[in-house]
Amino acid sequence: MNASVFFLALRRMRAPLIVLIVIYALSTLGLTLIPGIDAAGQPAPPMSFFHAFYFVSYTASTIGFGELPGAFSEAQRMWVTVVIFLSVIGWSYSIISLLALVQDRGFQQVLLTARFIRRIGQLGEPFYILCGCGETGLLIARALDHDGIRVVTIERSEARIQELELEDFAADILALCADAAQPQHLLMAGLKHRSCRGVLAITDDDAANLAVAIASRLINPRLMIVARVASPSIEANMMSFGTHYVVNHFEKFADYLAQAIHSPNWYRLVDLLTGLPGQKVSERHDPPAGDWVICGYGRFGQAVVRNLERQGMSLTVIDPDPNLSSSVHHIVGQGTEAEPLRRAGIETAVGIVAGSDHDTNNLSIAMTAKELNPDLFVVLRQNRMANQVLFDAYDADFTMVPSKIVARECLALITSPLLSRFFGLLRCWPDARAAALAGQLEALCGRRVPLVWGVKLNAAEAPAVHQWLMMEQKPMTLGRLRHDPAARAETLPLMPLLLLRDGRDHEQPADEMLLQPGDQLLFAGTRTAKLAQNLVLDNRNVLDYVLTGQDAQGWLWRLLSRSDPAGGVDMRGRRMR
Amino acid sequence: MNLEKVVFGFFIVLAATLNFGFFIGDIDQPKHHHIYELFAAIVVNLVATVLKFGDRTQIGAVHLSTSLVADLQLVAAACVWGIAAHVTGEGMSPEVTISVVSLSGGALFANIVSVILLIAETVMLRR
Repeated sequence: MNASVFFLALRRMRAPLIVLIVIYALSTLGLTLIPGIDAAGQPAPPMSFFHAFYFVSYTASTIGFGELPGAFSEAQRMWVTVVIFLSVIGWSYSIISLLALVQDRGFQQVLLTARFIRRIGQLGEPFYILCGCGETGLLIARALDHDGIRVVTIERSEARIQELELEDFAADILALCADAAQPQHLLMAGLKHRSCRGVLAITDDDAANLAVAIASRLINPRLMIVARVASPSIEANMMSFGTHYVVNHFEKFADYLAQAIHSPNWYRLVDLLTGLPGQKVSERHDPPAGDWVICGYGRFGQAVVRNLERQGMSLTVIDPDPNLSSSVHHIVGQGTEAEPLRRAGIETAVGIVAGSDHDTNNLSIAMTAKELNPDLFVVLRQNRMANQVLFDAYDADFTMVPSKIVARECLALITSPLLSRFFGLLRCWPDARAAALAGQLEALCGRRVPLVWGVKLNAAEAPAVHQWLMMEQKPMTLGRLRHDPAARAETLPLMPLLLLRDGRDHEQPADEMLLQPGDQLLFAGTRTAKLAQNLVLDNRNVLDYVLTGQDAQGWLWRLLSRSDPAGGVDMRGRRMR
Repeated sequence: MNLEKVVFGFFIVLAATLNFGFFIGDIDQPKHHHIYELFAAIVVNLVATVLKFGDRTQIGAVHLSTSLVADLQLVAAACVWGIAAHVTGEGMSPEVTISVVSLSGGALFANIVSVILLIAETVMLRR
């Protein structure tokens, strides 16, 4: 790619270079033809090629040593005047062309792309390709950066890229300004790179996401692919060729809403585990069961109706389109006016979903409805992050922000793949068990959203523990992973949620459970607890301390104490005797 | 007809003909090898080289490399001439003439390769 920059520059410099060559040639030729004059004032033969070239070289570059090797004749001086002007024009033209080339957008784009590709090639740590860096992408990029995971992003809008550069990231985010739907751009972003771990297709265009998912699946099947979709048909299409995770934020939110009505504590627990770590736990709003009014029957409205119907709610839809092909009770009109809301039975309803694709309308619906029935439970759909201030001011019971939902889902999938497995198991839990776990988690992290992470007991992720279990065949209980490596009597603020062994799930494993190499564990806790636990997993000396309570001896010390048991300096050796 | 191709072909052939004109004659006879012809050959060769810049095809790359070889040989010939005429004061003795002309002979060979490439390119073009 660097070669192409070079060739592009050469190509654009062709005309100025030829002009320069011609000017030099003409000037030199002229000087070799015009007769000179010697010291005595007699006509002398013209300059030789060597002298002429020497003179032109220093005159054209405006160094000007004077008339060398001897004083010039009048005819020569006349020609030299022409030479000076010609060469100034030639050089100015060349320099202006070069500057124009450097300023040229296309050329800069080529340079940037070349640099991007070079830096991708040098990436040694695992990274994810983020296609589309809008509101959602930015949320994900920030969170991943916070977790120390590198992100490479492809974004079409240049303004977005510039915003990205102004963000305060710990590691540089490599950004390419291009259309992610084109496979060659994905390749540039390192789709075939050995450190690439996955592709997140989260542009706001379903077709582009589909293209990214297919390209990634074909070119590098080993990658994890997460795609965002809004339309059910494209979702089915993606699942058909093996996209690992498809995030449909409408469906997801509707499902959560339905689950929250059915089992409030289940929702509370999911909300805790998928929240952005470190944030304050949001206040509880449990949606009531009863009659619901849904304004807007687009993709979101349909998803809500489908999911709430499954929970046996009685629903009324308000939509301006008179020909809805739906079995639900339907009122034609705008939810922003009082009359259709009344006809839909807003006075007796328990909740309203303002789910049109227009933020102002949604707020208007919510306010009108609340005036008619102050006890309503209000669910608002927020389409644009820019309107956050308005939605904060209104403070609905539930606000559905697509970008946040997608970001949360993607992060959970990347940082702890076990979590979605855990959620699957969670659906079968009774409400009381979920309530108990949620309460424990809240108490553990001081009413802040806990961090959720997975640990695999293998040589790469937990070398110390793996060595202990595998090489030395010694037993170790799960509870040991909860001890503080600074003071082993203390317990770290973290708890195990799931242990996966040989395809079998152990939910909320007990501390007494013996660990085995290859176990996969899911923990929740604070960020500091995670760091402390990492130390235990990685560092053999720390592990020894946690297990035995004794500080480990260094290799040299051990050797000395063994080979020289009577050594006077060996304090430990003496004590052992 | 493509004007760019005309200019391109013109300079490549002119570089070869000028080079040939300088090269032809008894190898040790300064009279047979005029210095202005060498000068013209160098200038036209340089222009031909620049014209070949920026072509990323395989044949374009070979074109550029043959041209660079010719430039190198001709500049070397000019340097030998300059040193003999001005630095050592030996002048155009038969030995110097032989080395200048043989260097330009090398350049001539590179230029002939260029011309062959040009012909090959034209023959391959089926339009």
